[in-house]
Amino acid sequence: MPTTRRELLQKGSALLLLTGAAAAALEEVLAGTPEKAEGYRLQEHWWAMTIDIGACIGCGNCVRACKTENDVPREPYYFRTWVERYRVPEGDLEHPLVDSPNGGYDGFPELSQPDKGAKSFFVPKLCNHCAHSPCVQVCPVGATFESPDGVVLVDTTYCLGCRYCVQACPYGCRFIDPRSHTVNKCTLCYHRITRGLTTACCETCPTGARRLGDLKSPTDPIHEFLRTHTVHVLKPQMATGSKVYYAALDGSVR
Amino acid sequence: MSHFFKDTEHLLRMAGLFAAGVVGFVVLRAIFVPAGFGELGHFRTGALADNQSRPLVFAGREACEECHDEVVALRKGGAHAGVGCEACHGALAAHAGDPATVQARRPDPKATCLICHLPNAAKPTSFPQVDPSEHGDGQACTSCHRPHNPKVQ
Repeated sequence: MPTTRRELLQKGSALLLLTGAAAAALEEVLAGTPEKAEGYRLQEHWWAMTIDIGACIGCGNCVRACKTENDVPREPYYFRTWVERYRVPEGDLEHPLVDSPNGGYDGFPELSQPDKGAKSFFVPKLCNHCAHSPCVQVCPVGATFESPDGVVLVDTTYCLGCRYCVQACPYGCRFIDPRSHTVNKCTLCYHRITRGLTTACCETCPTGARRLGDLKSPTDPIHEFLRTHTVHVLKPQMATGSKVYYAALDGSVR
Repeated sequence: MSHFFKDTEHLLRMAGLFAAGVVGFVVLRAIFVPAGFGELGHFRTGALADNQSRPLVFAGREACEECHDEVVALRKGGAHAGVGCEACHGALAAHAGDPATVQARRPDPKATCLICHLPNAAKPTSFPQVDPSEHGDGQACTSCHRPHNPKVQ
């Protein structure tokens, strides 16, 4: 089909005003979607997660599913999500005993002698997908970023492996992948949620303790959950804009 | 007027150096800044597509329910109705993509149940917990309970 005068002028002016690559991607940029995301519009989503401490049974399904789905190294120091067990001596919120054998990958063996008078519960952890992420602020090359739909992602082709972000994350959610020597972290299963699926950890959570939510979708059950539960985020004093909301979170959790 | 343009060599030299600096900056920037950087924020737009391009390992409950009607009916109303299929059966995107050649494995009829139901002081007390040394006579759980709808009838 021959190019019409209108098309020629449109493309020509785009080339004049933008760089070559930006001009080629102009349609996708205007639509707010990257080239490969068919039917997924970035500006229509704002992802979050809710975790109900009262429902978590510490089975470790989320930890195993995450490692399987995202090809996380199996060694016990690398986790995109992990589960901690808290034991809080009665009334002593400042000195909880916390353990996480293999990140909860194999579940939690019952203690041979449970502490008398202590309360005990599980706390699943993952990247909090902060709206104002300390890790993003320290990246010297723009390799880690908050996506327009509210997910903190890493550009592994651009990451230097300098480890600033690993130190900056107040939640300890990042690690250097020993295979690529670049940073690795929870992507909130970006490859799944952009295809209409939930994350691997939520998919396999047997009690529904973890739920993915889209704060921009008016019909998402997350709105009712946040209204009807007492929710907290971790380390609110750091003003990270965390979007992982914990229901029934104990004051001893760090 | 003519004296105004006298002794301009040092100015021209400066202007030349400045122009060379600007050209150098533009050229180096074009080399080092990747394509698509800064369009949607301080990142390379293509990184979104890179993160999206991973293959699925877990198929998702909807994919299972497309074929396994009988299990959907059996689970309805039971205590396990809210449990995702792959929570017990494991990652099955390969099976969902090619059900004829990739078979799903049957989960262990005891160990799988105990992943969740083994007693632990940190579990919510409302969650059913069973000590296999005191219950079930050492048999597989499935000899009495149907895993898809566990209440014994």
